[in-house]
Amino acid sequence: MKLTFWRLLPVIVFAFLVVFFWRGLSLDPQKLPSVQVGQPLPEFKLPILKDQTKNLTPANLRGKISLLNVWASWCSACIEEQVFLIQLAQQGMPIYGLNYKDDSAKAAQWLVQWGNPYRLIGTDKTGKVAIDLGVYGAPETFLIDKHGIIRFRHVGVLDEKSWTQDFIPQIESLQGQP
Amino acid sequence: MRLLLLSFLLIVTSFSYANSRYPLDTPRQEAQFSHLLKELRCLVCQNQDLADSNAGLANDLRDQVYDMVKEGKSDNEIINYLTARYGDFILFNPPVKALTALLWFGPALFLLLGFIIFWRTCLKRTII
Amino acid sequence: MIAEIGLFSLILALVFASLLVIIPAIGLKTGKTELIDSAPIYVIGQFCFVAFAYVALTLCFLSNDFTVIYVLTNSSISLPWFYKLCAVWGGHEGSMLLWVAILSLWMLAVTLFSKKLENQFKTRVLIVLGALSVGFILFLLSTSNPFLRQFQVLDSQGRDLNPLLQDLGFLFHPPMLYMGYVGFSVAFAFAIAALWMGKLESNWTKWTRPWTLAAWCCLTAGITLGSWWAYRELGWGGWWFWDPVENASFMPWLVGTALIHSLAVSEQRRQFMAWTLLLAITAFSLSLIGTFLVRSGVLTSVHAFAVDPQRGTYILGFLLLVIGGSLLLFALRAQTLQRVENPALVSRESALLLNNVFLAVIMLTVLMGTVYPLLIDGLGLGKLSVGAPYFNAVFVPIMIPLLILMGLGIHLKWQRDSLNRIAIRLIAIAAMSIVVPLMLLILFANHINGYTLLGLTLAFWLILSTLKLLQIRIRQRGVNALGQAFLGMVVAHCGIAVTVIGIAVSTGYGVQDDVRMAPGSKAKLAGYTINFIEEKNLSGPNYHGAQATFTIDNGKEIKTIYPEKRIYNVGKMAMTESAIDVNPFRDIYVALGEPLDDTAWSVRLYFKPFIRWIWAGGFMVLAGGLLALTDRRYLINPGKKPVEAEGAPI
Repeated sequence: MKLTFWRLLPVIVFAFLVVFFWRGLSLDPQKLPSVQVGQPLPEFKLPILKDQTKNLTPANLRGKISLLNVWASWCSACIEEQVFLIQLAQQGMPIYGLNYKDDSAKAAQWLVQWGNPYRLIGTDKTGKVAIDLGVYGAPETFLIDKHGIIRFRHVGVLDEKSWTQDFIPQIESLQGQP
Repeated sequence: MRLLLLSFLLIVTSFSYANSRYPLDTPRQEAQFSHLLKELRCLVCQNQDLADSNAGLANDLRDQVYDMVKEGKSDNEIINYLTARYGDFILFNPPVKALTALLWFGPALFLLLGFIIFWRTCLKRTII
Repeated sequence: MIAEIGLFSLILALVFASLLVIIPAIGLKTGKTELIDSAPIYVIGQFCFVAFAYVALTLCFLSNDFTVIYVLTNSSISLPWFYKLCAVWGGHEGSMLLWVAILSLWMLAVTLFSKKLENQFKTRVLIVLGALSVGFILFLLSTSNPFLRQFQVLDSQGRDLNPLLQDLGFLFHPPMLYMGYVGFSVAFAFAIAALWMGKLESNWTKWTRPWTLAAWCCLTAGITLGSWWAYRELGWGGWWFWDPVENASFMPWLVGTALIHSLAVSEQRRQFMAWTLLLAITAFSLSLIGTFLVRSGVLTSVHAFAVDPQRGTYILGFLLLVIGGSLLLFALRAQTLQRVENPALVSRESALLLNNVFLAVIMLTVLMGTVYPLLIDGLGLGKLSVGAPYFNAVFVPIMIPLLILMGLGIHLKWQRDSLNRIAIRLIAIAAMSIVVPLMLLILFANHINGYTLLGLTLAFWLILSTLKLLQIRIRQRGVNALGQAFLGMVVAHCGIAVTVIGIAVSTGYGVQDDVRMAPGSKAKLAGYTINFIEEKNLSGPNYHGAQATFTIDNGKEIKTIYPEKRIYNVGKMAMTESAIDVNPFRDIYVALGEPLDDTAWSVRLYFKPFIRWIWAGGFMVLAGGLLALTDRRYLINPGKKPVEAEGAPI
């Protein structure tokens, strides 16, 4: 039966593959985790949407746990998360916006139409700051702790499910810390 | 036939990404630029490299790489800059680390296995 | 109403497929021949009802029935009618229905063309195919029903077919591919039937060969068309990206090629039966794995269908049953089938075996590269990506010895030969293969590109060696005694060489430029002057945009081409329709990129020498396969003894 090992090899290789295919079904290859988790926000200075003479910097986010949400008026998926973001804002969650490669007039109009959950919005017209953050699309949402350190990055529409699964546990453990 | 001759005679240089939109000072920089664009992935269209992709982000990243090449930064510096922000995923060519050892040595392993099977089949002149 | 008829037809098809599995199986067990003989009836029934279902879905598209969700999401009122026909397979549910329809078609063909095949065996083949059908139709009905209705959105224009698919290539590429993928199920069924019976009929290879060749030809056509289509349509000059879905089609093709060659040995020399069976199982298994990869969402791909883990789970379960089951059956039963002496180290059999080893190594390498990101992510080790640079880096070094072997192996005799005997005729050819390309490059190019030279050397080696064999055979036996199968081999192998030439020259001597151009400006590319003449507004049936007029001037004549930038009205998706000036020796390719300020555009220009040779070679391979397929000797009397060994063509 010496040959049986060779004859069984294809089945074994296949079984191995199946295990990983099975694992793969619960993963999502499109969503990349941020490599900057645990690092402070990069330095940036973005003109604020409502008042272009003032700037949004990491300092604005310090002192509290907050969200930095990347959005644009050309991003149709961003509309989907707007209701949820407004809910979070009403519950007291500080949300800052990064208006990504957008026209300011269109952005302002979009907020009128779909609602504004943001305390402040920085306009990143060229997308350079987004690159520094490792952003690769819209919408994305970053969880920032009170020291300005990036704790988590969510890709895609922010909904109840990912909020409960990914954000709340992090926020609770962060609140316990100095 | 004349067309063939003409076509060949008019070949200027080997595969190059001569880029009038991204003019660079030296051929070395041009080579560096086109090389890097082929090594980096477009994260939006995840199976295209920065040279080929038409996505907005690809445009921005191309501009970024262009600026850095123009400044005279080395391949390593540019790659580190991008992987610090996007992780190893932005590299099309997985780095040869322990993690990718199987990937790079795998083909050789398969070939070895194949040769062993071939040898055993042809050298064993007996009934199975 | 039509949708419901379609759904009902599908259910009836499932009934017939189930009967096909159950009734003849009972007949085999109990020995009742009427039950065994009833198999063809169920096949016909299944085919008819699947066909009805398919026609029903097509009618829903043609009548713009947007209450059918699938039609709503894949079509629009303004979509031209011929694209509506294609849109049927534009999404997951419809393409699965196409898969089932094609499977039923193959089954019908097997039933009609196997009248002389021994009943016990034939019935098992049909039962296996029936079981596959049950699995797929059940998949359709439970997770991918194309006939689902919605009644909320009643005044829609339709969400339109993805603009990338609104192209001629889409008419041919998917059906051809599916014909290939699904066609391998026939060879698979033949293998399983043999293992099930526990014995191999002496003419098993004769029967399996045409079906395998037919499926392989379709897949060759499908892959070639896909590559050509990507080049035309994607706007950025590439023709192969090692995208997971492309790899999913390439792997069965590689194994199918190995299978054809293994069948040749099994037929002529009654050897390698176990290999042939394993390859037959593997080819179709890879088709199934490909289906899984594309439809489950485990891998990122530009081709991937909408993700649904539920579908992925079903397919995975199906894979486990079908592939796991057949490989297990193989492990348990295969050794009972081979009882022949092994070939000598230098012989045509060993050369073919080595050929298959190389093909298998390439397939395993592509498989590993494709699923590696999944492996790493699954182990929790992070996100990794494997792209074209990796595949090109590992593919090329393996191809080199394979191409050399191809030129060598065809000269070897069956059973035992010596390298010395053929060395004399081949050394001169080897020398010419290096010298001639070198001279050509010196004459016609102003510098030597190493990769191109290597590619040309290998291609010349292959062509000259193959033609040399042709010459020897004609001298030995005369033109009329050559046999179509042999000629098929000659044409197919030369086709590979032609493709290698196309790849080597276009990659080595291609030129690319990104320029900023406005109407009135010009650019220079590889000795051509490209003029941007003007830009006009463009309005099509379901799109609008800009059409530019460009001329290409080589000093002797001027050609005019019209690249476009289209914005599809419904999805607001922007598409580049590149314009290509084609001639057999080079393409000049102009694609509009992004509009820049005022009237300027960023324009991408390509000079691609010999790129058409890539697909010309692919079609030559197809032609070779068709020649071999239609060799009368193998078709009319498949029951006859194999042709004598010495000097027999492949």
